[in-house]
Amino acid sequence: MRISVKVDGVRYDDDVEPRLLLVHYLREQAGRTGTPIGCDTSNCGACTVLLNGRSVKSCSVLAVQADGAEVTTIQGLAGDAGELHPMQQAFHEEHALQCGYCTPGMIMAAVDLLGDNPHPTEEEVRDGLEGNLCRCTGYQNIVRAVLRAANGSVAAEVTA
Amino acid sequence: MTTVDAKAGVGQEHEVGRARGRKEDARLITGQTNWTDNITLPGLVHVAFVRSPYAHARIASVDLTAARDAPGVFAAYSGADFAAEQGSLPCAWPVTPDIVIPDHPPMAVDTVRYGGEIVACVVARDRYAAADAAELVDVTYEGLDPVLDMEAALTEGSPKVHEAGNKSFTWELVNGDLDAAFRDAPVVIERTYGQQRLIPSAMEPRAVVCAPVGDEYTMWSATQIPHVLRVMLALVTGIPEHKLRVIAPDVGGGFGSKLQVTGEEVLALLLARKLGRPVKWTESRSEGNVAVHHGRDQIQQLRLAADADGRIRALDVHLLADMGAYLMLVTPGVPLLGAFMFNAIYKMDAYRFNCTGVFTTKTPTDAYRGAGRPEATYAIEHLMDDLAAELGVDPLELRERNWIKHEEFPYATISGLTYDTGNYEAATATAKELFHYDQLRKEQSERVSGDATVRLGIGISTFTEMCGLAPSRVLGSLAYAAGGWEHASIRMLPTGKVEVVTGSSAHGQGHETAWSQIVADQLGVPFEDIRVLHGDTAIAPKGMDTYGSRSLVVGGTAIVNACDKVRQKARVIAAAMLEASPDDLEWDAGRWAVRGDPDQGKTIGEIAFAAFAAHDLPDGVEPSLDSDATYDPDNFSFPHGTHLCAVEVDTETGQVRIRSYVAVDDVGVVVNPLIVEGQVHGGIAQGVAQALYEEAAYDSSGNLVTASLADYLIPSAADLPSFTTSRTTTPSTLNPLGVKGVGEAGTIASTPAVVNAIVDALRPFGVSDVPMPCTPERVWRAIQEGTAQ
Repeated sequence: MRISVKVDGVRYDDDVEPRLLLVHYLREQAGRTGTPIGCDTSNCGACTVLLNGRSVKSCSVLAVQADGAEVTTIQGLAGDAGELHPMQQAFHEEHALQCGYCTPGMIMAAVDLLGDNPHPTEEEVRDGLEGNLCRCTGYQNIVRAVLRAANGSVAAEVTA
Repeated sequence: MTTVDAKAGVGQEHEVGRARGRKEDARLITGQTNWTDNITLPGLVHVAFVRSPYAHARIASVDLTAARDAPGVFAAYSGADFAAEQGSLPCAWPVTPDIVIPDHPPMAVDTVRYGGEIVACVVARDRYAAADAAELVDVTYEGLDPVLDMEAALTEGSPKVHEAGNKSFTWELVNGDLDAAFRDAPVVIERTYGQQRLIPSAMEPRAVVCAPVGDEYTMWSATQIPHVLRVMLALVTGIPEHKLRVIAPDVGGGFGSKLQVTGEEVLALLLARKLGRPVKWTESRSEGNVAVHHGRDQIQQLRLAADADGRIRALDVHLLADMGAYLMLVTPGVPLLGAFMFNAIYKMDAYRFNCTGVFTTKTPTDAYRGAGRPEATYAIEHLMDDLAAELGVDPLELRERNWIKHEEFPYATISGLTYDTGNYEAATATAKELFHYDQLRKEQSERVSGDATVRLGIGISTFTEMCGLAPSRVLGSLAYAAGGWEHASIRMLPTGKVEVVTGSSAHGQGHETAWSQIVADQLGVPFEDIRVLHGDTAIAPKGMDTYGSRSLVVGGTAIVNACDKVRQKARVIAAAMLEASPDDLEWDAGRWAVRGDPDQGKTIGEIAFAAFAAHDLPDGVEPSLDSDATYDPDNFSFPHGTHLCAVEVDTETGQVRIRSYVAVDDVGVVVNPLIVEGQVHGGIAQGVAQALYEEAAYDSSGNLVTASLADYLIPSAADLPSFTTSRTTTPSTLNPLGVKGVGEAGTIASTPAVVNAIVDALRPFGVSDVPMPCTPERVWRAIQEGTAQ
C-alpha cells in the first residue's frame, strides 16, 4: 500500500506491506533507528513516538495507519540548530538514563505527559509513565527529570 | 540528591568526586545510538530460529522443505545439518573435578531439554520473510517427562535431563568445628528459604550481526563480554582467534544476561561462514524470556546456632541450585560466589557451605545482577531478623553484637576472605537517623496495640559483598578457566588530546565519563580532551570485560597504572626539553617542572607533541608516550551498607506499599556521585522487583508462563517509590583509587530489606516468612496460615 507520512519534518512517500509495523517502517525504511524496540507485547514503551503530537507505541501502530500523519521521533525533538529539547536536557541534567535503551520512548512519553499536564505531581509523573519500562534507573531520576522539565528546575526534592 | 554539577571541572583541583554529566548522554538522548539492531550491511540476510515448544522431547524429524521453498528464503537448517561443526557451548567454570558438564549443541540435534531451545533456523531476505518461513518448519517431537522440581530431580527414579543424571556437582566449603558449635547451642534457628527464578530483562533484547570477509569475520553483538566472546568463539568453532573481531556497540543493559556465549552468536558466525553473507538476528522479547539465561533459583536450607545473647556460633548452609538444562558460561560458579558471603559482616566460629547443582528441563540459569551474593545476603539477613525475633532483641542491636567492629579491620572471615576496610557502625548510624528508626518503631508498636488493619513493618539489611572480580589466582583456585585482570592503554595524541582504551565493556555504566575523570586527574588534562574507546577487539585488543562490579576497581586501577607509565615516559622527554635531570623534575597539575623553579616546565601536551615530532629526543628514548597496563587485583573489594525499608501491609488484602526506603552505602571513594547514585537507585529497584513482583513461573508441563512482558512483571515508575540515598566512606586500601564498586550493591541489599519489612509487619500474626515474590495473595495467605497456628 502507498503511504505518505511526514517523519521528523521530512515527507516520505512509500509502498509498504499492510502488516508492516510503524516502528519497523521508521527504523528500516525511514532510517530513523533512534527509536528502538524493547518488546513484542506493547508493554515496554521503548518505541514511543509522537503521532500527530500524541504519544503512541510505534510497535502497536501499522505503518499504513500513519498515512497522512506527522511522526516525531527522538531524532526530531531537538531544534534545527541541534539545541536540545528541554526534556532531553533535563534527562541529561538529572542523570535519568544509564544504558539509554528506554530513553527515546521515555522522553517522548514524558513530552506528551507534560502536554496534557504541564505541572504534574511526582505521583502523576509516575502514573503517567507507567507504560514505559526502564531496567537501569529505578525511575527516580526519570521522575526528577520530568519534574525539572515541567518547572524549569526541580522545585522540590522528590525523596522523603 | 545529586544533579549535574555545571561547574564541574571549572577551577576544580580534582575531577574524581565531581558529579559530571555523562558524555554518553549526548548520543543516547538524541537517538544517535548504535545498537546492534541498527546495523545494516550490503547483502545482509536475517535469521529466525525455530524453538522447541516442549520442555523435554526427542526430535523425531525436522522437515525444512516448505521453509526452504518459501519466498525470500536463502537457507534453512536443522541441528543435524550443523552437528559436525557447531561444537558445544562453553562452560568456563568446572567447579569440581567430577562435575557433569553435558554436551550443549547450539542447535539441538536429537533431544530438547527446555522450552525455547533452538531446533532449526531459517535465513531470509528480511525479518518478516524469515519469521514467515520459520512457521513452515515442521518438527515432530516425541514427548519426554519434564524435570521441574529440584528435590524430586535428585530422587531415585526421576526422569533424567541428561544421561549422566540430574546432579551436576556438589561443592563444599567448611571452616571451624560445626558439630561443636551446634552441640548444646542455646538457640538454633532452622529455615528453608526460596530464591525464585528471575528473568534479567535488559531493555535491549539480544542481537547479533556477523559479516564475513574472506576467511575473517566481524561480529557485532549485544554483549557485555566482547573479549571473552572472541576467545570462546574461536575455541568452539575452531575459527582462528586472529580472524575474529568482536564489537559490542552501544549495548542496552546486561545485568549478567549478556555475560554469555550464546548459541545464537555461534550460529550467526557459522551461518555467515556457510552462506558467505552478512547475517543478522534480533531477538523478540518473548523469545528472549525463554532463551536468555535466567537468574537465581535456589532452595536454601539453613541452620544457625547462637548463644543466648545472640552471638552467632555457626552457620550451616545447604543449597540446591537450579542449573536449568545445561551449564552455560559460568552457571555452576554463580552459587559459589555466595559461598563467601553467607557469613556476611558477622563473626562466627564455624561455617559450612554445601551446594548441589541440579539439572532441570528449564532455561539454563547463569549470572544475574549480584550472582550468588544476593542469595547469600537474603538468607543471612532474613536469618538475623528471625534470630532477633526469637530472642526478642532489636534486629539492629543483634547485628551490632555480631558484626566486625570498624577497628577490627582488616578481618579474616570464616569463609576465608580478608575484608580490608569497612565501618558498619557509621553506615548504620547514618541510616537510622535518615530513616527515623526509633520513631517508626514507636509507630509500629502503636499500630499493633491498636490492632490496626494496616501494619507497619521495618526491614533491615546490613549487607556487604565481594566486588572487583577478581584476583586471577583466586579464580584459578576455584577452577574458573580465565583470569580476573583488566587492561588499559593511554594514547597521547600530538595535540595533547588523550585516548583511553579500556578492556572494560560498558553497557550503561558510564565508563566514558568516569574513566575521563580518572585520566583528567592523573594526567592533568581537561575532561573534555579525553575520549574513551571500548568494546571492539580491534581497538581495545585485551580485556576481561564488564561484570561483577569489577570495572572501576580493576579496570580503573589499570588506567591509573597506565597513566603513571605515561607520566614517567614524559618525565624523561621533559627533562631533555628543559635541559634538566629527570630527578630534578616534579609533577604538578599536568606538567613536569623543575623543582624549585615552577616556571620551567612542560605540560603533558607539549611533551606529547615533542614525542610526536621526535626531533630532539634523548638517545634510546622511543618517540611515544603511549602506555599499557594490565592490572590483576590482590583481593576482592568489599562495599557494604545499611538499607532500611518501611512497608505498610494491608492485612485484609495482602497489599504491600513501600513507605520509605533509606540506603546508606559505603562504596569507597566515589569517582562520580551522579553515576553511583543512579546505580544504587537501579539496583534497589531490581532487588525490590525480586521481593515483590518478579518470578519466572513454569506450569506443570514445563512451559514458561511468564514468557512475555505482559506476564513477567517488571515494575514501572508507578510501582516503585523514591529512595533516600546517602553514603559513608571508608576507602578501599586495595587499590590506588580507594574504590570498591557499586554495580550490584543495591540489588544485593534491597531484597532482604523489603522482605524483612513485610515479615516484621506480620510477626504478630505468627508469620516468619513470605515466599518471594511477596504478592498480595501470598502475603494474605501467610497471614491466614499464621493466624491459624
